[in-house]
Amino acid sequence: MSEICDTRPPLPLGLARRGYTGTIQHLAAGGATSSLPDVELESRLIELGFVEGARVEILHEGIVGRDPIAVRVDNITVAVRRREAMAVIVA
Amino acid sequence: MESPLLHLALVGTPNSGKTSLFNALTGSRQKVANYPGVTVERKEGGFVTPQGRQISLVDLPGTYSLRGRSPDEEITRDFVLGRATGEVLPDLVLCVADSTNLRLTIRLLLELKSTGRPLALVLNMFDIAKRRGVTVDVAGLSQALGVPVVTSIAVRKGGTDDLLQLTDHLLARAEAATGDRANTWRPLTVPELRATQREADRIIAATVSLPERPDTWTARIDSVALHPVGGLLILLAILFVMFQGVFAWAQPLMQLLSAAFDALGQLVHDQLPEGLLQSFLQNGVISGVGSVIVFLPQIIIIFLFILLLEDFGYMARAAFLMDRIMGGAGLHGRAFIPLLSSFACAIPGIMATRVIDNRRDRLTTILIAPLMTCSARIPVYTLIISAFIPPTKVWGLINLQGLVMFGLYAAGIVSALLVSFLVKFFLMRDYQPAPFMLELPDYKLPRLRGIAIGVYTRAKMFLQRAGTTIFAMMVLIWFLASFPQPPEAATEPAINYSLAAMIGQAIAPLLTPVGFNWQIAVALVPGMAAREVAVAALGTVYAIEGGKEAAEQIGQVLASKWSLATALALLAWYIFAPQCASTLAVIRRETGSWRWMAVTFVYMFALAYAAAFATYHIAVAMGAG
Repeated sequence: MSEICDTRPPLPLGLARRGYTGTIQHLAAGGATSSLPDVELESRLIELGFVEGARVEILHEGIVGRDPIAVRVDNITVAVRRREAMAVIVA
Repeated sequence: MESPLLHLALVGTPNSGKTSLFNALTGSRQKVANYPGVTVERKEGGFVTPQGRQISLVDLPGTYSLRGRSPDEEITRDFVLGRATGEVLPDLVLCVADSTNLRLTIRLLLELKSTGRPLALVLNMFDIAKRRGVTVDVAGLSQALGVPVVTSIAVRKGGTDDLLQLTDHLLARAEAATGDRANTWRPLTVPELRATQREADRIIAATVSLPERPDTWTARIDSVALHPVGGLLILLAILFVMFQGVFAWAQPLMQLLSAAFDALGQLVHDQLPEGLLQSFLQNGVISGVGSVIVFLPQIIIIFLFILLLEDFGYMARAAFLMDRIMGGAGLHGRAFIPLLSSFACAIPGIMATRVIDNRRDRLTTILIAPLMTCSARIPVYTLIISAFIPPTKVWGLINLQGLVMFGLYAAGIVSALLVSFLVKFFLMRDYQPAPFMLELPDYKLPRLRGIAIGVYTRAKMFLQRAGTTIFAMMVLIWFLASFPQPPEAATEPAINYSLAAMIGQAIAPLLTPVGFNWQIAVALVPGMAAREVAVAALGTVYAIEGGKEAAEQIGQVLASKWSLATALALLAWYIFAPQCASTLAVIRRETGSWRWMAVTFVYMFALAYAAAFATYHIAVAMGAG
């Protein structure tokens, strides 16, 4: 795991801005206001590679409300809306 | 002895290069059931292995797991588990991975192992991975996974030789083995899912070494293509070039085809004696079918663009850019691709909605897809615009005909957004937006062979339709327009005594309020089978009424017989009219209910009637009657 972000407090990925880099601490589907049930949201995030320890970087933001975001998760790029990204806690 | 047919299935995550591997293995020997969207429909092809085994290969829709959360992914799950009706359990499952991006596929493979099916992992696009500095310990990976692993380069000649050899080897082993391994698959719980991903990551860490830097080209292109403002401008520019291509580049080819059919008709006319057979061949068959086949270049061009963008990896970006913008109208970002495809034809568009996992989002997209101006409307629009709208310049540089065409497209899009908004507002108020989660694949140079095969399959389908449905309709119309024959001492044109005239006059009172005459009414009836038939039908009706000259210059005939108000009303009608039996049939199939098909038909019909009514009366009031 990356050591550089030890000093930063954990934060939901849904609040991070473009250019943010960090490491996934844990998933908290209950913290997101997604229309999906928690279990389903968590399963989908894991299937797209959002697992503990993965390095993330926000590469791009959409034009309306900076949403959705394009996130680099280790070596793939995934587009998610901020509302679902709230379930990913990073630091 | 004829060897038995063995069944292979390709499974993999989206963008793993399954389709190009499928193309490499089967070439053009493909059967696409009904109408295809890329990997949305069941694609089957055949090939023979080096040892002479007959193989039937199925390309299954991309999926990240076997949970089956969308109709698309359910197909894959049911096929692999042997639950699909009318399908056999596959003799061998090939799990296809993009070698540059193994994480998610290895996890899927670990899940697939529990199905008990003979399984192999294919590391596809191995050349690209090598070039990027990815090194894979193939033997070690195979040992760690407990599954045979083979590399392949689908786009290179000989790039699948190892895969073919392994296939023979595995099938021989499967034939020798007695009894199937048990299927122990069940949906994974979250902790299990997490555990399999960890296991996959552990195996990858031990056997694969990734380069320090990611693909720089994708990052560079995305810095422009996904820029909030620049990205949208690029998207608009791409759409503009696409429609420019459909209208401008196709013209010379279309004129050539049109001239060829005219010449053929003339040849038949000269060779045969005056009479029914001559009229049938020239007016019924050649001019009828020809007037539809003329649109082949436009259909090829629009599919070419869509397939190129899909293959390049741009379509996912378009969905990303449009997600929130379409969200304003109650549409999901993923609806962008189906709606864009609907500009070619609503049928592949509606089928492509299977990638939308939320039922409500999918339904809204299906309802509005037929409002996108499909290529079958182009013949009708082109004919009427060229007959009634002068090619003058507006503000010195914009062609008025082009402007009207653009306006018709815009009207379709705007009304689609409005309908979607109203559906969201009235029918589904308590609705929560479904998530938008989509992998943005690395850009790849489009594979020309795959594109060529894709365009070829679609062109073939169009021609088959022209050869069957449209041909049958044309024969029917010619018959209705030619019988009964006029009496000896007839003074009026022959068609006025025909069945077509009787039918037209029977419906005409319904259509008089919107400014349509009985000839239009006749053309609209077979136009229910397919929109473009209406043009041919008008041609036939006026040709039999007016003789050979009329058939050749249908546009001029219309200009002399219709008022401008009628022409404009017909254009407005065509933006909305649900005149395509195949689209309605696909809606019935994809929604699984007659109700939604009926809803689509009724709302579109109502819009068409209202739009034509309003257009006609406004035009008359402005003096165009």
